[in-house]
Amino acid sequence: MKKIENKYVFLILVGMIYLVLFIVNKSIFESSLNYFSSLLVKIVPIFFLVFILMSITNYFFTPKFVAKHLREKGIKKWIFVVIGGILSTGAIYMWYPLLADLKNKGLNNGLIACFLYNRAIKIPLLPLMVFYFSLKYVIVLGVIMVIMSVVQGIIINKLMEVKK
Amino acid sequence: MFTLKNSILRAAKSLWNVLPLIFGTTLLLSLLVTIIPKSFYVSVFRNSIFDPILGSLVGSISAGNPITSYILGGEFLEQGVNLIAVTAFLVAWVTVGVLQLPAESMILGKKFAILRNVSSFIFAILVAILTVVILEVI
Repeated sequence: MKKIENKYVFLILVGMIYLVLFIVNKSIFESSLNYFSSLLVKIVPIFFLVFILMSITNYFFTPKFVAKHLREKGIKKWIFVVIGGILSTGAIYMWYPLLADLKNKGLNNGLIACFLYNRAIKIPLLPLMVFYFSLKYVIVLGVIMVIMSVVQGIIINKLMEVKK
Repeated sequence: MFTLKNSILRAAKSLWNVLPLIFGTTLLLSLLVTIIPKSFYVSVFRNSIFDPILGSLVGSISAGNPITSYILGGEFLEQGVNLIAVTAFLVAWVTVGVLQLPAESMILGKKFAILRNVSSFIFAILVAILTVVILEVI
């Protein structure tokens, strides 16, 4: 028998809850479904924009491109780590082997932490974030996160007792 | 560099992969919003000093695509949860990786992984407070 993927298991479980609800309480079932459809109408158009931005990011910024620029010196290195983190795509675990390799080649722990922190800023997903929280909020949060990522990198370097 | 076609296909695949989770989350969220009164969220997040800590804690143990956290955070906000708690939740969701901790420890070192995740948890609270304070000033 073919194994059902985890992502579908969750959807099936929620679907089963709705099925039970349809039988025991039709009123809540209908209210929930109405809320769901209104939510979907709000977010679907934004997903088209997210799709376009993801395609552009995938096209220009690959692990190879990022790794090449992470070899810069001094403050430039921090800038490229921040930009690299923001522009990197895909699951985080995809990046661990590359970061481990760069660590062996001299990239310190603080820079790795800074890179990982900046991965939290997802440019392709910004339209959705703006939709929910406003452009002003997204800009302020983004700037603070970039600054804090460098602070975190410096603190981790100190705590890991890295000699520069 | 990927070809344009590959880049588009990769983006489509990424979105396709998260679709069941997005549908599941929004369906569950719709149910919770329907059955749980707004007063519940307001009673959990009481506009106290513990709100960002609670927000960061919930965000840290949650996992998944950031899209889910934006939808959840946005709806929390509409239910009356304060912005500091929601911001701490959003930031911790993407910076703290409890589920990825074993992999991170094995590949990048145990001390590094623990330090990074603990400091990310604390930073989520600081980032949330700073963001909201700055938003109130400007």
